[in-house]
Amino acid sequence: MLRSLHIDPKKCTGCLQCELACSFEHFGAFNPAKSVIRVFNFHQEGRFVPYTCTQCAEAWCLHACPVDAIRANAETGAKEVIDALCVGCKVCTIACPFGTVNYSQDTGKVMKCDLCGGDPQCVQACPTAAITYVDADWTGLERMRAWAARANAGAGESAQA
Amino acid sequence: MAWTKNVLRVNLGDATCTSESLNMDWATQYLGQRGLATKYLVEEVDPKVDALSPENKLIMATGPLTGTVASTGARYSVITKSPLTGAIACSNSGGFFGAELKFAGWDMVIIEGRSDEPVYLSIENDKAQLLPAADLWGKSVWETDETIRTRHQDPQMRIAAIGRAGENGVLFACIVNDLHRAAGRSGVGAVMGSKNLKAVAVRGTRGVSGDSIRDPKAFMSAVSAGKKVLADNAVTGQGLPTYGTQVLMNVINEVGALPTRNWKDSQFEGANKISGEAMHEPRASDGKPNLVTNAACFGCTIACGRISKIDETHFTVKNKPEYWGASGGLEYENAWSLGADTGIDDLEALTYVNYICNEEGMDPISFGATVAAAMELYEAGLISKEQAGAVELKFGSAEALAQAAEMTGRAEGFGKELGLGSKRLCEKYGRPELAMVVKGQEFPAYDSRGIQGMGLTYATSNRGACHLRSYTVASEVLGIPAKTDPLVSDGKAELVKAFQDATAVVDSSGLCVFTTFAWSLEDIQPQIAAACDGDWSLDDLQTMGERVWNMERQFNMAAGLTAEDDTLPKRLLEEPAKTGPAKGKVTELAKMLPEYYRIRGWSEDGVPTKETLARLGL
Repeated sequence: MLRSLHIDPKKCTGCLQCELACSFEHFGAFNPAKSVIRVFNFHQEGRFVPYTCTQCAEAWCLHACPVDAIRANAETGAKEVIDALCVGCKVCTIACPFGTVNYSQDTGKVMKCDLCGGDPQCVQACPTAAITYVDADWTGLERMRAWAARANAGAGESAQA
Repeated sequence: MAWTKNVLRVNLGDATCTSESLNMDWATQYLGQRGLATKYLVEEVDPKVDALSPENKLIMATGPLTGTVASTGARYSVITKSPLTGAIACSNSGGFFGAELKFAGWDMVIIEGRSDEPVYLSIENDKAQLLPAADLWGKSVWETDETIRTRHQDPQMRIAAIGRAGENGVLFACIVNDLHRAAGRSGVGAVMGSKNLKAVAVRGTRGVSGDSIRDPKAFMSAVSAGKKVLADNAVTGQGLPTYGTQVLMNVINEVGALPTRNWKDSQFEGANKISGEAMHEPRASDGKPNLVTNAACFGCTIACGRISKIDETHFTVKNKPEYWGASGGLEYENAWSLGADTGIDDLEALTYVNYICNEEGMDPISFGATVAAAMELYEAGLISKEQAGAVELKFGSAEALAQAAEMTGRAEGFGKELGLGSKRLCEKYGRPELAMVVKGQEFPAYDSRGIQGMGLTYATSNRGACHLRSYTVASEVLGIPAKTDPLVSDGKAELVKAFQDATAVVDSSGLCVFTTFAWSLEDIQPQIAAACDGDWSLDDLQTMGERVWNMERQFNMAAGLTAEDDTLPKRLLEEPAKTGPAKGKVTELAKMLPEYYRIRGWSEDGVPTKETLARLGL
């Protein structure tokens, strides 16, 4: 069963623990500049929104890569950058509609979310469960549950009345 | 290690930025941030200098855990000599600026001299330069932030700036970073303004490398354990995220320690209207609550910050859409100083004035308290309506407060007098005893007649009246770590010393003192020891905290302060509380202070003895 990152911006406090966990996992440093999950602060609205790769099934980045350096991990569904093959041409960064593949000046390669091989560290680090790792077929389950709770509210009382 | 081991020295007179190595002998004795920067200050600055002269220095310092994954590792401090108190100033701030400074590769920035023209300091990793700021001078903190970001085409910059208050020498001007976090107290913004330095803009992409952590595995495990303690604790896991520090408003009012109307009263009848609970209540006008969301500083898993929106029809912002967006909302201290202390129960007005304090760059505690003192002078007939700027400067007047805020930052009219702080204001109008200050700095939000330990805390605080030097409220009201009776002064000397020393440790680490609602030094020590080279046992840390406290004390004594400055206004020593649990009580400072000096190893005149200094390696 594949899992997906699921993000609920309402729960995000903007603490950046996810960015620290991500950069530490991939680069051994606490460094938001190297994180492939980013939290955006919409200050005027008082909203924080974490954003990262959604791991498209038909991934633009993968199809655009001229040297076949982005490949699907069959176990996790992640589209992973093979550093040994990446030539840093950045075509994938143009192809991605969401901006979630980016070039790194330090390595000369591109970087993107690889789901940490199936144990995403951002999920472990998030103190408010704004980022979860759930059944890829049911990312809407919690939202459905919330609506279901409303749909059924008061039914018991009216039955008794 | 956890330190970057690099210090950026900026000489504004010569317009030079130079890199030097961190003094590691000092780092292993003073840890970082408050402790280490104070060591630099006492070594480099004559305590007798005029705080607003080029000879004073301004140090922005991170701690070893700043920028790491440790919860609340956001903090930086500004250390300098205060123009408000003449004592040492050490103002701590969160947000994201401190971590960014670390990510750029700097433990601290030492700013010296004075620039002939307005400048701002731009730091992009190891590239630091002074750039012209003539066009920024006269702009608010918020305008400055936006202008610099646009100029550098970098939305990821983190900016600490002064507003017009700092430029105009408002003695309680602060340095605001990330729009609404502040190194708030003691007038550090006025020092920055006196140097013609408008802002420090930082972008750091180097991060804190795992290789710089002494034992990364032990560090990650200590950090995780610490986060769990914060999450499981009722205050840090529930109270603070839900209500922020405003969780205290009704609690402190109940115990009869909410100073009201310039401390004439100890309970405020309007407390519930300006409380954390009230911020959640839908407004009658638009059906929306004042509070939009809670928010975290960098790396913080508590997230006590308040983000608010003002009712667009409220008189303060009507036809002023620039104030309709969300911004930093009321914390307990600000809600108290702008509200209870002035007798104003209009939550929206207080939120607006808090915005203005952030925008103009002034400390809302000292500002609110100064307005409260002015209101008492006005009601006593010592200030006329004309002098006050054509408003009825009466307790309870939100209109008067809003106008005072606008005028103070801009140093217009009566705002010029308010900008001097309550001590100088009350002296000017012949009633010095009405200034609710210690060492010239205004009190925070706890009446020491009802919380005795806070009386000693205020009297002995090295930066003048302050709650963040030893928050005995934790013990006396909340029972953390153990409950003591707030109305009893016995045993408080020991409690105050323990809190003072422990807080100096936290303030030197890069962590936030709010963690200590849940963490003791036993929770913090493993995080420091795993990250930093050197000996950092519990004993070592406690001794370090005591060393920092005594070093600050020495600076103050060399600056000319004496035991006579370790006192409280007459109102707290002689006028009994009128209502509530503390009714009839005064602050029993005379009982606590001699014992405190003795426990500290100081003479009867409050001077650290040779033995004490030798024991602490001073």
